[in-house]
Amino acid sequence: MIEPRRPEPMTGRAYSGSVSRREPANLGDILERVLDRGIVIAGDIRVNLLDIELLTIKLRLIVASVDTARELGIDWWEHDPWLTGGKRDLLQENRRLRRRIAALEEGRPALEPIQGHAEEVREDDR
Amino acid sequence: MTADTGVYLYAVAHDLGIREPEGLTGVDGRAVRVIPHADLVAYVSTVPLDRFGEEALRRSMEDLDWLDATARAHHHVVETVAEAAPVVPVRLVTVYGGEGPVKELLDRRHDDFVTVLARVTGRQEWGVKAYARAPASAGAPGRKAEEATVGPGTAYLRRRRSDLHEQEEERRRAAVGAERIHEVLAASAVASRLHRTQDPQLSGRTEWMVLNGAYLVDRDRAEAFRRVVDGLSEPGVEVQLTGPWTPYSFTVLDEADGERP
Repeated sequence: MIEPRRPEPMTGRAYSGSVSRREPANLGDILERVLDRGIVIAGDIRVNLLDIELLTIKLRLIVASVDTARELGIDWWEHDPWLTGGKRDLLQENRRLRRRIAALEEGRPALEPIQGHAEEVREDDR
Repeated sequence: MTADTGVYLYAVAHDLGIREPEGLTGVDGRAVRVIPHADLVAYVSTVPLDRFGEEALRRSMEDLDWLDATARAHHHVVETVAEAAPVVPVRLVTVYGGEGPVKELLDRRHDDFVTVLARVTGRQEWGVKAYARAPASAGAPGRKAEEATVGPGTAYLRRRRSDLHEQEEERRRAAVGAERIHEVLAASAVASRLHRTQDPQLSGRTEWMVLNGAYLVDRDRAEAFRRVVDGLSEPGVEVQLTGPWTPYSFTVLDEADGERP
């Protein structure tokens, strides 16, 4: 075992004088360390992160979402400048056509005209 | 200590005779103090359970502003005490019922803490992230001409197929590059750990993160490690160094604490 360094005695000055030692870390870097790393202690404890793990579900979703989305291949439109550059109408037309095909295949009358507005269709009509 | 307060634990270190860390405040603006026991010392704050009880935390952990402030306060305490001596950082919001249970912890897990402290003594953690630059496929020349000959629908589908193929290739290349970077860095470090890549909302970057590694490096090798990072270059990949960090990523205790590594 390596012998721990003997530090200078701690004083209030030593603490306050060291704040700007390095550039401020971004929140993501800090969160992934304090939430996902560091020792977890179970047992006779009042509260720990294991008990409230579900609480961070939103945050975990943020952390996990990119990989998940990519695996599912559903993020292509987010970063596609060709589509975000005013060509969203093509995407909407595509969506309307798919709904119309699905309706026709089920033998139902089409619920919307091809030239209609996709936003007027109720979600459960898909 | 009363029934409506708890003891919030930040970190554990060797007891080197350090007493009250004067002027240091932690979560919720609470003063940080030490609980020395069994050659170890725990850095703690007394916190009100109406804010740090399970129910209250269930709500506040969903509040990103609260989480931001609390995480930064926790991190600040860990970093500050780590300047003086090696520490084992504890995960956010670890709250005990009183000093008694904290002392029991220092007794029960004494050897584990000593082992982890030995591992991180004289060493620092460096974070290295690599980003793949976005593929510049959209808007390639020749598209308008194609649209004129096969119609917009077919042209669109062809473009989608071609773009997806190019993106797949870009990602494959970036993943290979990231693996190579990790191998080089791991060889220059005492230990390494790969972490989940961050979403752009966390990273604040639009580029695709392909590597999120942590590397435990001897203090006197820090400059050499930096030079290794500076020397890394892959076409289409940008490498970013953060740190030095308190070695959060290398303080995981083995199964003994009930958590699978």
